[in-house]
Amino acid sequence: MTSVTVGGAAKRIAGANWLPLVAVWAVLLGAPLWLPLLGGYTALAGRVLVLGLAAIGFNLLLGFTGVMSFGHAAYFGLGAYGAGLTLKYLAASTPLAMLLGTLLGGLAGTLFGLLIVRRRGVYFAMVTIAFGQVCYYIAYSWNDFTGGFDGLRGFQRAPIGLGPALLDITGDGPVFYYFLLAVFAAAVTLMGLLLRSPFGRTLLAIRENERRARFLGIPVERHIWMSFSLSCFFTALAGTLYALLNNFADPLSLHYSLSGEIVIMTVMGGMRTFWGPLVGAAVFVVLSDYISSMTENWMSFIGLLFVFVVLFFPRGILGFVARRDQG
Amino acid sequence: MLQLVLFNVTNGLILGAFYVLMALGLSLILNLSHVINFAHGNFLALGGYLAFVLAPYIGFGGALVVSPLLAGVLGFIIERLMIRRVYNRDPVYSLLLTFGLAFIIQDFCRFVWGPNGLPLGVPTFLSAPVNPTWFFLTWYRMSMVVIVVAAVAALFAFLRYSRIGVRIRAGTLDLDMVGGLGVNVGMLRSLNFALGSLLAGLSGVLAAGQIGLNPNMGDELLMPSFIAIIVGGVGSLTGTLFGGLLIGLAAALTTVFYPAASEAVIYVIMMVVLLIRPRGLLGEEGMLT
Repeated sequence: MTSVTVGGAAKRIAGANWLPLVAVWAVLLGAPLWLPLLGGYTALAGRVLVLGLAAIGFNLLLGFTGVMSFGHAAYFGLGAYGAGLTLKYLAASTPLAMLLGTLLGGLAGTLFGLLIVRRRGVYFAMVTIAFGQVCYYIAYSWNDFTGGFDGLRGFQRAPIGLGPALLDITGDGPVFYYFLLAVFAAAVTLMGLLLRSPFGRTLLAIRENERRARFLGIPVERHIWMSFSLSCFFTALAGTLYALLNNFADPLSLHYSLSGEIVIMTVMGGMRTFWGPLVGAAVFVVLSDYISSMTENWMSFIGLLFVFVVLFFPRGILGFVARRDQG
Repeated sequence: MLQLVLFNVTNGLILGAFYVLMALGLSLILNLSHVINFAHGNFLALGGYLAFVLAPYIGFGGALVVSPLLAGVLGFIIERLMIRRVYNRDPVYSLLLTFGLAFIIQDFCRFVWGPNGLPLGVPTFLSAPVNPTWFFLTWYRMSMVVIVVAAVAALFAFLRYSRIGVRIRAGTLDLDMVGGLGVNVGMLRSLNFALGSLLAGLSGVLAAGQIGLNPNMGDELLMPSFIAIIVGGVGSLTGTLFGGLLIGLAAALTTVFYPAASEAVIYVIMMVVLLIRPRGLLGEEGMLT
């Protein structure tokens, strides 16, 4: 009797492991096919992917390390500006733009992380907000170089040469979407492997009980710093994709309101789950797209969404589903 | 040159006074309830708009007293209805909640009073300059500084001598212990939130008399207030006071010598403080960590 139950449970867990994966990838791969049927467009799907990647990267810190940053727009925006500036001033090379943008955002986060890694809770959050505003302020006031308030224009994503072949991602069609999806897939695979590694398990241990982790001899500060740094690299990569997607880098992509949006996507999707942030990004992007086309008072609706999620739905969509499965 | 420096020092002190008033309210809520109130700037705007509505009936002086009180009552209600539900949860929830509230209040102001700027009339004798050579020093700006100083003094006296004030300070150090001694901690937190909102409303009325009203008038003051708290040290109200004055003066003096960097300088100060004294100038180690 017991063995049957255990076997059933094991089967259910195994099923639970691969079924969502297949579902997620099937939905993502098929997006250009089924989106037009729902009246959507590929650019919207691209935005979901990009913000989803940013939120998944952010969730390495919030959901899997238990540390709250409220300034991740800074690294997202630095990635976007890094990519845009590379394309505009340095070379018309998409891979180089992505590399330099990711490095800019990631390294800025790594250095800044050194300053704040001993802080916790709301204080950590407050300092990350303020640092985010430093980046916003620089992009906003350095008119000649960054385009100031109007944003950085005048660059275009370039085709990628793959040996003899040329991958033309300059159009808005499915080719560019699949390019985004490929980068997204590579990044989330890396993230999944990181979380399964001993390093990832250590982060979970710190999240669950920081003091115990410290007593076990884990260098807590160094791990939090590394987690912060890694999540900045992932978010910055998403930022470079954002610049490529829009052919534009916007100072608002550095502003703390975007940080808030990244946080709400993560929480709304379920911050204790791997795919939650992507689900949250999809819901948030589609919903805000719809609301802002319907009413001038979209801010109230977005604000109400924040309040609703916090008060009545704190586990998020996938957290809710997972809990119901257990029950 | 002397006049220019004096002009900017005056500006800096006035700006600093605003940062202080706003940051003290934020700091009160942060210290006792560990909530960063993103909607603080919107309470400021509400205070200003309430004064705009009330001034025709009760005059500017009356509005200066009544609208901060109304802002305080509103803060009390919002705390009772929403904020208190997130106290014992991950800090991410309180941040998201006040963030959403900020959106809602800002949109409400835009919906009711329109997106464009509105003037708040101040009595004519206040808008005259004190002295023709120092044309920039109007009576209004003078009385603004006096009011801020009086408000800050009253706040510190309240916290030092009144029963509730003492409990708020004790709760900042150890809220569980204060509760264990029989204090109604829930009510204490509500009153404290109301007090913070009242300070925001007062800054709103004063700011509206100087720069007029618009729905996002609090946003520009929010970030300097955060920085005033970080520079002064989280957990210390005196630190917030000096932090606000310091960054206000620094911003104004930079305007004299290198105008382009006048906003950057407050961020530079913050980074330097984080680098050499991470707990802030007057902060105590171990607060809110």
